[in-house]
Amino acid sequence: MSDEQAEFKAKMQSYVDRGDEGIKTSWDDVNRPMIRHWAQAMGDNNPIYTDAEFAAGTRHGGLVAPPTMIQAWTMKGLDGQAPGSSTIDPMAEASELMVAAGYVAVVATNCEQRYLRYVKPGEKLHHRYRLESISDEKKTGLGTGYFMTQLLEYCTEEGEKVAEMRFTILRYKPGKREPKRPPRARPGMTRDTEFFWQGLHEQNKLLIQRCASCKTLRHPPAPMCPSCRSLEHDTVEASGRGTLYSHVTMHYPPLPAFEYPNTIALVELEEGTRLLAGLIDLSAEDLEIGMPLQLEIVRCDDELTVPMFRRAQ
Amino acid sequence: MLADKAAIVGIGATEFSKESGRSELQLAAECVIDALADAGIDPAEVDGISTFKSDNNPESEVHRVIGGKALKFFSRVDYGGGAACGVVMQAAMAIATGVCEVAVVYRAFNERSQYRYGSGASHKTPAHNYDGATRAWGGVHGLVSPASNVAMSATRYMYEYGATSEDFGRYCVLARKYAATNPKAWFYQKPITLDDHQNSRWIVEPLRLLDCCQESDGGVALVITSVERARTLKQTPALIRAVAQGSCDDQHTMTSYYRENIAHLPEMKLVADQLWAMSHLSPSDMQYATIYDHFSPYVFQQLEALGYCGMGQAKDFIREGHLELDGSLPTNTHGGQLGEAYIHGVNGIAEAVRQIRGTSCNQVKRVQHAVVTAGTGVPTSGLILGQL
Repeated sequence: MSDEQAEFKAKMQSYVDRGDEGIKTSWDDVNRPMIRHWAQAMGDNNPIYTDAEFAAGTRHGGLVAPPTMIQAWTMKGLDGQAPGSSTIDPMAEASELMVAAGYVAVVATNCEQRYLRYVKPGEKLHHRYRLESISDEKKTGLGTGYFMTQLLEYCTEEGEKVAEMRFTILRYKPGKREPKRPPRARPGMTRDTEFFWQGLHEQNKLLIQRCASCKTLRHPPAPMCPSCRSLEHDTVEASGRGTLYSHVTMHYPPLPAFEYPNTIALVELEEGTRLLAGLIDLSAEDLEIGMPLQLEIVRCDDELTVPMFRRAQ
Repeated sequence: MLADKAAIVGIGATEFSKESGRSELQLAAECVIDALADAGIDPAEVDGISTFKSDNNPESEVHRVIGGKALKFFSRVDYGGGAACGVVMQAAMAIATGVCEVAVVYRAFNERSQYRYGSGASHKTPAHNYDGATRAWGGVHGLVSPASNVAMSATRYMYEYGATSEDFGRYCVLARKYAATNPKAWFYQKPITLDDHQNSRWIVEPLRLLDCCQESDGGVALVITSVERARTLKQTPALIRAVAQGSCDDQHTMTSYYRENIAHLPEMKLVADQLWAMSHLSPSDMQYATIYDHFSPYVFQQLEALGYCGMGQAKDFIREGHLELDGSLPTNTHGGQLGEAYIHGVNGIAEAVRQIRGTSCNQVKRVQHAVVTAGTGVPTSGLILGQL
């Protein structure tokens, strides 16, 4: 940790150490209509929440609120926090400092609730809150930042604690992430061409169609040999050695499946046929017509494997 | 023989724009009616129609909308802009054989505002037919646009003959110079310099933005009838001296990458050989040319296929000024598809008709014969027009 980082962390830690505590009150008592709305929205049919007669016969002796609803009771309404709530906010203060230091992005990462007992209609709740911890600087998939946890303790008017919640956020400097690319277009296939794609994907082989009669190689594949008109054909596996016959470098249109500039080659295989292929570790300025290339069969995804080439050693 | 049997007697067009604001069918109807008015022929007389396979307007519907009575010939030609002179050939053959008397060809689309060919074919759901299987060879690598298809040939052409991006730029500057004085051109009064060309962004190396034709909305139509009828009409007829199609030498559509040499256009050579034979004319008999210019490098390869210069020499031919108004072969005086509009080459046929009539805004002196080519890189076509 550099001195600068240590100093920043210490400043952050001071918000925790200060231990400032606030309170948030509730607009309403725990009440049956809100419980019913919640239970219906969640699809929770447990009769202890809504059926008073049933609930009376249980160990609760009457209706109770769903424990997971605890956060709802002290939420602010459209008109803000209920009267008597504090305005201090150590988490927001720490956040301000972090935004100024470049940790501009935020994401909620964790919420942990612990229930001490059921609450019942008619009880009035409030919660106490404080900034409980700030982590050291962490490297995450999203970027570098700090995890901050706020502790909220839910209590009755008499001061009895009924639940607590730890709410953690990550405040971070967004890293440069490779955009997730959609898959490449699937190749259209006919009975004449499917062997080529299956050869790549299932056998890891670049296959060249060969006339079974006159042995002429051909690509793209075709049902009939243009030399001898035979309809019989088989394949040979390409050695993978070839030379650069021509090339282009695509800038437009930018398709989301590819990185640009995208250099594409017309490769002349040593067997004599040509094919289109992508290039690996070769950009436009590296290319010289006639340069030797080596095949690399690249699996793009679960369905598609394509031939690519790199500079031959 | 098909030579000298039919003539183009009417030309019509909508305005050329980036957003027509109306349906493609309306564009077709407007340009067809405009061409018939130009010819002085009642729309009810139209009894033959040929158009591009890629046109979205059915022949029968255009005929119905313009108030046609009896349509006796309708046909389509495939391969994108390669159809441009092929549709004229269809009309001429139908007239020469007596199948119909007044034929119309049209190409009308909202190519810019509705679909943009340059945005590339990206098939999320692949078509398991010949087209889908063929697109797959380049598609899985991102080779998806017409520009990218042509660029592969251009790279090899530059390697074989030492042509440079600046050489291509010289054609583009010329096209934009012609467009600058054509009030119907999208780039009217907007010439460019070679520096502008060299500073324009890459689309697909080695092609820059200014090497590429426009994407346009608009429609162009031609009226074709017999030579006998043509003599009675109000316009100077543009006689169809020859017209031909061609596909050969391990032909593919936009991706003829597997033939012996991909820096040539043998299908255009096949068309040219037929044109010279059918017309008993030679390249030097032409006073004007419309050379299909979707992408500048193919203008070079076409000049070579037509026989105006040897293989690889088009860069010198253009640098020497042969395509200028006072050169030996003034070319694309409407501004071409780079400068006027991209209407799949039919606007270039209309310009050749104007040159024969003597009504071009960039008129060449005494045009006896004009040669026109259609889209290249695909099975293609061409024609020779002459004075009656």
